[in-house]
Amino acid sequence: MDASPQVPEGAGSSQQSTPSSPRRPGNASRAAPRNLIRPLILVLLFLAASTLVSLWVGYRLLDLSLLREDETARSLFFQLRLPRVVMAGILGASLGSVGACLQAFFRNPLAEPFTLGVSGGGTLGASVAIAFGWGITLAGVPMVFLAAFAGSAVAVLVVYWLSRTGDVVMPGTLLLAGVVVNLIASAGVILIQYIADYSRALQILRWTIGTIDVVGFDRIWRMLILLIPGWAILLAIARDLHLLAMGEESAASLGVNVRRCERLVYIASSLIVGVAVAEGGTIAFVGLIIPHAVRLVLGQDVRLVLPCSFLVGAGFLMLADALARTALTSGELPVGAVTAVIGGVTFLGLLRRQRRFSAI
Amino acid sequence: MASGNSISAARADALIQARGLRFAYEADRWVVDDVSLDLKRGALAALIGANGSGKSTLIRLLAGLRSASAGEVLFSGQPLKGIPRKRLARSLAYVPQINPMIFPFTAMEVVLTGRSPYTPRFRFENRLDVEQALMALAAVGAAHLAPRPVTELSGGERQLVAVARALAQEPECLILDEPAAALDLKHRAALIRILRQLRDRQGMTALMVTHDLQLLDPAFDRVFAIHRGSLLAEGSPGQVLRGEVLSRVYEDPQVRARKLEGRTFVWSGT
Repeated sequence: MDASPQVPEGAGSSQQSTPSSPRRPGNASRAAPRNLIRPLILVLLFLAASTLVSLWVGYRLLDLSLLREDETARSLFFQLRLPRVVMAGILGASLGSVGACLQAFFRNPLAEPFTLGVSGGGTLGASVAIAFGWGITLAGVPMVFLAAFAGSAVAVLVVYWLSRTGDVVMPGTLLLAGVVVNLIASAGVILIQYIADYSRALQILRWTIGTIDVVGFDRIWRMLILLIPGWAILLAIARDLHLLAMGEESAASLGVNVRRCERLVYIASSLIVGVAVAEGGTIAFVGLIIPHAVRLVLGQDVRLVLPCSFLVGAGFLMLADALARTALTSGELPVGAVTAVIGGVTFLGLLRRQRRFSAI
Repeated sequence: MASGNSISAARADALIQARGLRFAYEADRWVVDDVSLDLKRGALAALIGANGSGKSTLIRLLAGLRSASAGEVLFSGQPLKGIPRKRLARSLAYVPQINPMIFPFTAMEVVLTGRSPYTPRFRFENRLDVEQALMALAAVGAAHLAPRPVTELSGGERQLVAVARALAQEPECLILDEPAAALDLKHRAALIRILRQLRDRQGMTALMVTHDLQLLDPAFDRVFAIHRGSLLAEGSPGQVLRGEVLSRVYEDPQVRARKLEGRTFVWSGT
């Protein structure tokens, strides 16, 4: 069943003769197999540029000579600006790649951690943990992370359970369920703020808005313990997601273990989003805009879109955070507000365009 | 036309065997109820039956997309459940009934996924895979669709792309769920011609669900008719496409069949 070409050549040529079809197997450029190298270079260039820009700008522009000589400047750079840029990159990469994953998995271009209520669930989980005390850790992993992970996981399960009837996930119900879970979660957060003591309530409030606030690399290492396995899972199932994006049944017939893939998507996305939310609060719509931008430039192949959304997401959030840091002459904007404005408008545009598709 | 009526001898060269298959979506409402059948290697077979008679569920069981509540399916003599998914995907391809597409993948990208059972997880398809995919598209007369986004294609064109994807899997056996439903007269005939060519040249086995009974005689080797989840009749098209059989299959006393110029025509009503 190998060797011999399975397909009868010229089967279409005999009598059926569609005017233009046979004897012209596509032009050369179409026949070229796909590879990851060129898109990856493109995306890495963007990432490098945005890293440089966001390291450069800030409360004061970076001064290399000062950095070499002045101890304070150096420690400011390495303890504040660099960790912050790295953190923005990590959060952006997480949200971007989870967005690409959820869109392919649910076959819904409007799916992302925020619209599906995953970040809402994480926020609620993290709020509970903060109300009991920010500092508690479990084997080196902050309790907030674990609580947010649990909250996100519950949210994914509820949303998916609500929107799935038999074999079909209804796209409208999916988003509606996401919105409702978000509402319930934020009501829960408000309740907790109301009950919790004053200083912790303020802590929760500041954090839910979505700001990147980090000193040193300690927390970043702790995040990475949980994030790296999540990222690895996403990248490992990119091909399965590519097949799933074209339909669950055909993916299954091509050898994809749909149930296992489903479980991995749950675990990875709630793990990643949980940790990202616990650290950065709700940074909305990054997971929506980034995969769309990537698809616009690189096409639909999920095996390209997912890793590229990871890198572009990192670059994008670094830039958004740089903007948030510098937009006001005094103080800074919450980065969540910056992305929500950009992303919200994009979402509406997509919603309007999506009405053309027959899939409701 | 080779007639396959020596049933006991057929066991040996049966590619797919179903033994006492049962399936229920809800408890005790059997959608497939005790079906046993043999699909011979190299046979072009059709599965007919009324709407809701369990045709689609049955072929999903045969394709390994669902597991039966009772009974078992053998593929090449091996229990279907025991065959690793990827290996099965190299031998058995399934063409689903409707193929809703949300993302504008190109037809080429869709057909290329048919190569995924052959490519390692972390590798993209190589030039050979691309050629295979193009040949599969050409085989169904759809090479010109390769660069087009599938979201812009008509239902029939999308159906052809789905068949091409299945061919790109280089399967021994094709299972198709109403592939002719969205095709026009010419493409329907072309599809049957392609299936027959694949059977004659490579000994490919195919099982196709269809409502279009005019397609069957004399093109098909075997017809299975199911009624409320049970196999009601099986045999050559000439044996099954008779008024008295079809009346029971479709629960319609007015079904008539007439042989004309070597073909069987079927209609219902006055």
